Amino acid sequence: MNEWSQALRARAGAGSPQGPDTYSGNRALQIEEPLLFEQDGPGRCGVDLPEPTPFRSRLGGLERGEPVGLPGLSEPQIVRHFTRLSQKNYAIDSGLYPLGSCTMKHNPRLNEKLARLPGLADIHPLQPVSTVPGALELIDTLAHWLKVLTGLPAVALSPAAGAHGELCGIMTIRAALEARGERRSRILVPESAHGTNPATAAACGYAVEAIPANERGRVDLAALQAKLGPDVAALMLTNPNTCGLFESEILDIAAAVHAAGAFFYCDGANFNAIVGRVRPADLGIDCMHINLHKTFSTPHGGGGPGSGPVALAAALAPFAPLPWVVHGENGLELVEHAEGAAGQALGRLKGYHGQMGMFVRALAYMMSHGADGLKQVAEDAVLNANYLRVRLADALTQSFPGSCMHEVLFDDRFLKDTGVTTLDFAKALIDEGYHPMTMYFPLVVHGALLIEPTETESKESLDQFAAVLVELARQAQAGGAEAFRAAPRFTPRRRLDETGAARKPVLRWRPEPVQRNAAE
Amino acid sequence: MRYLPLTPADRQQMLAAIGVGSIDALYADVPAAACRDGLVELPLAMGEMEVERRFLSMAAKNVPAGAVPFFVGGGVYRHHVPAAVDHLIQRGEFLTSYTPYQPELAQGTLQYLFEFQTQVALLTGMEVANASLYDGATACAEAVLMANRATRRDKAVLSGGLHPHYRSVCETYARFAGFELAARDPARGGGEDLARSIDERTSCVVVQNPDFYGEIRDYSELAEMCHRAGALLVVVVTEIVSLGAVRPPGAMGADIVAAEGQSLGNALNFGGPHVGLFATRDKFVRQMPGRLVGQTADAEGRRGWVLTLSTREQHIRREKATSNICTNAGLCALAFTIHLALLGEEGFARLAQLNHAAAVATAQRLERLPGVQLVNQSFFNEFALRLPVPAAPIVEALAGRGILAGIPVSRFHPERAELADLLLVAATETATEDDIDRLEAGLREALI
Repeated sequence: MNEWSQALRARAGAGSPQGPDTYSGNRALQIEEPLLFEQDGPGRCGVDLPEPTPFRSRLGGLERGEPVGLPGLSEPQIVRHFTRLSQKNYAIDSGLYPLGSCTMKHNPRLNEKLARLPGLADIHPLQPVSTVPGALELIDTLAHWLKVLTGLPAVALSPAAGAHGELCGIMTIRAALEARGERRSRILVPESAHGTNPATAAACGYAVEAIPANERGRVDLAALQAKLGPDVAALMLTNPNTCGLFESEILDIAAAVHAAGAFFYCDGANFNAIVGRVRPADLGIDCMHINLHKTFSTPHGGGGPGSGPVALAAALAPFAPLPWVVHGENGLELVEHAEGAAGQALGRLKGYHGQMGMFVRALAYMMSHGADGLKQVAEDAVLNANYLRVRLADALTQSFPGSCMHEVLFDDRFLKDTGVTTLDFAKALIDEGYHPMTMYFPLVVHGALLIEPTETESKESLDQFAAVLVELARQAQAGGAEAFRAAPRFTPRRRLDETGAARKPVLRWRPEPVQRNAAE
Repeated sequence: MRYLPLTPADRQQMLAAIGVGSIDALYADVPAAACRDGLVELPLAMGEMEVERRFLSMAAKNVPAGAVPFFVGGGVYRHHVPAAVDHLIQRGEFLTSYTPYQPELAQGTLQYLFEFQTQVALLTGMEVANASLYDGATACAEAVLMANRATRRDKAVLSGGLHPHYRSVCETYARFAGFELAARDPARGGGEDLARSIDERTSCVVVQNPDFYGEIRDYSELAEMCHRAGALLVVVVTEIVSLGAVRPPGAMGADIVAAEGQSLGNALNFGGPHVGLFATRDKFVRQMPGRLVGQTADAEGRRGWVLTLSTREQHIRREKATSNICTNAGLCALAFTIHLALLGEEGFARLAQLNHAAAVATAQRLERLPGVQLVNQSFFNEFALRLPVPAAPIVEALAGRGILAGIPVSRFHPERAELADLLLVAATETATEDDIDRLEAGLREALI
């Protein structure tokens, strides 16, 4: 037990019924783990590096004066530390991860193996291009797959994540508009959009206007048409949208956007519902980012790294950011400067050539599935979501009737008058061994619960999950509010004080000033 | 298909439960005009063996750094990564978890990010750091955006010693976010009078240390001049290992540090994914971009961690957010944290010394060559040489002999004839005596 938890126990009072009920504070497999900095053993080291042969420093007199303050630990301590930390995490590898619009599917380990091949991982972005033809081939092959799957003729590969892809797409649109001498000022974003959409539009210098949803959970076409005008640069739409619904009037939406001289941007977060079955180009989309870490299973890694390639229509392609990989006279070429055919290219959005490590994984995933497997991915994802929808139809309240795509949206009407909130319900789900669904998003319904099971769940897994949700709904309606509010009870930590964390931010460890122990 | 658990019988049962005859019924909202028969024009599914064979074939066409004498840097450095790092980051609980929005299920991720934030603050000599950004170049652009917000000004001054890709990313962001850049011409290792460019609209001055050409400078005076003019000093660090030997930006008065963390824990990866580091002073914390992990207590009073100050972020603030960033570089940050934990105080200082020693040894050998001149007054593990001939063909010739000698500066500035003879050479702890011998001999022959 570390000093911190000792102090807390002392404050809470011995024998507190709420406190940890073991001497150590551990609970079997849940082991308390202090910070690295609290395990410092001066003189310890987890690496053996040789001493350099004596040499004359050429640092120009700017040597570091003070120690950094890093703790010293040996390798076994560090392996144990991070193993214990890992055991405090939920993961796809441990269970169903039904986060809506996040596409938490299985991450194949073949992809990890291939991403570590020295010929792909141990190559430098600035070594001579003549020494990396295989890297260009891989990038070009990935681009080809993405172009065929979207039906769009070009793809910008450098964006580092979905939001970065949005930035790329909107910048490209603005560059194309400016090239035809137009300065448009507004971007339209449906109310149900992910927060990155309006943030991106604002970051590119646009005013953002919200488009309301109709009673069917789709874009209100009349409201959209009323807002369209010569000063609108683009519509940013997620399709299927974040209510889990396909925008059935999408061809009319596209026609209206194009008639106004604007571009149609699609947030590809939900591409998993249609990949290999419907091509975004056939829906009138001009530009779409693709989250390789969603649809194409590159690991989320606790929040990155991601990769957000952007597929582009012909009108936008000349403005794609650098670098480009192109077919030249002598095979594939890497274009790093705005010249020749790339004369109108945006500059860079990121250092070097994009998230190569993610390209390897995504391409391995695509090749493993093939055209047939990818279509099956979409269909099984939609089938799984609809199966859950009908299994939960009587227990939860679906926000919009009828079938859904790869995710299904419920709201909190089924919790009305129970005293249980969406948050409480989700926290109770944690105690049952599940990661909660996306909560309170989208904003278009009250107390949203957005469930996306993905295609990598078995029917048995869905049956069990549905049974748990049905039972929790029953318990909530049977007056179990108290228990819900106390959840989760079996996690390494109970509910955490987020308000306190924001009020007095403690964002790093600092050495404690030496204090006299109160017990002495 | 090995990743899909549903069997044909499952699918039939499930369709029946849903009450539809076929999967097509669930796609009824897709307009008929957009529906296609059959499959897209791509190859069909493949087994592991076949996929692996294709990737091995592509990988075999590249020259991996570890197979040759290797002296390429330019903001991405080849270091030895201890075996424990890759083992630990591949634990499924780290690899396959989501952003830690549910703190009770993500204390592992949150605690290592808190440790990461602390490490970054310590290395840079700053008070506070975030939980990572995409890479050093985007961190640099975010630093300028933050300086604009914090000072309510709209002009940034960029040093000519800033990495050209970082500068290019800043230019792209400037064009669309609507702020001005005063960028200096690429410097050749000489000093610049950046203070002369500061005026009442200047939000920040951006310098790199060591700079793109490897030169190390003391920016304390510049920091004072910035502060007197109400501007911030942004210091970019592209080789984080340098901070084991070189005075950190915090000790020079930096207000924001934007850095690349790839050197610790992360492979070259042909340029990505890497990990952006971002640190600043406490007083600017609410202006920061990206995620932040904070310490708090749970309902039983036990210490724990949560994502905090999210009212800065896009999922709450939407178009008023400090940045549109969402997913960042979590797993690369974990690799960074584990590698730095293994090094510790002693190992990190030793690693920095080994890098400096390798670069000093390499420079001594190469500057003796006829017609070759070392441009730098000072350097850490990378320096610039002026060759008697253009550098690009020399690098190409050496590559043909199995030596990756460095980066011709003309790769970044093909239009600038005066930079054509400059070669950047980096030497890390991975460079052996034999590598240096072969580089010297190869360069000597190529220059004849």
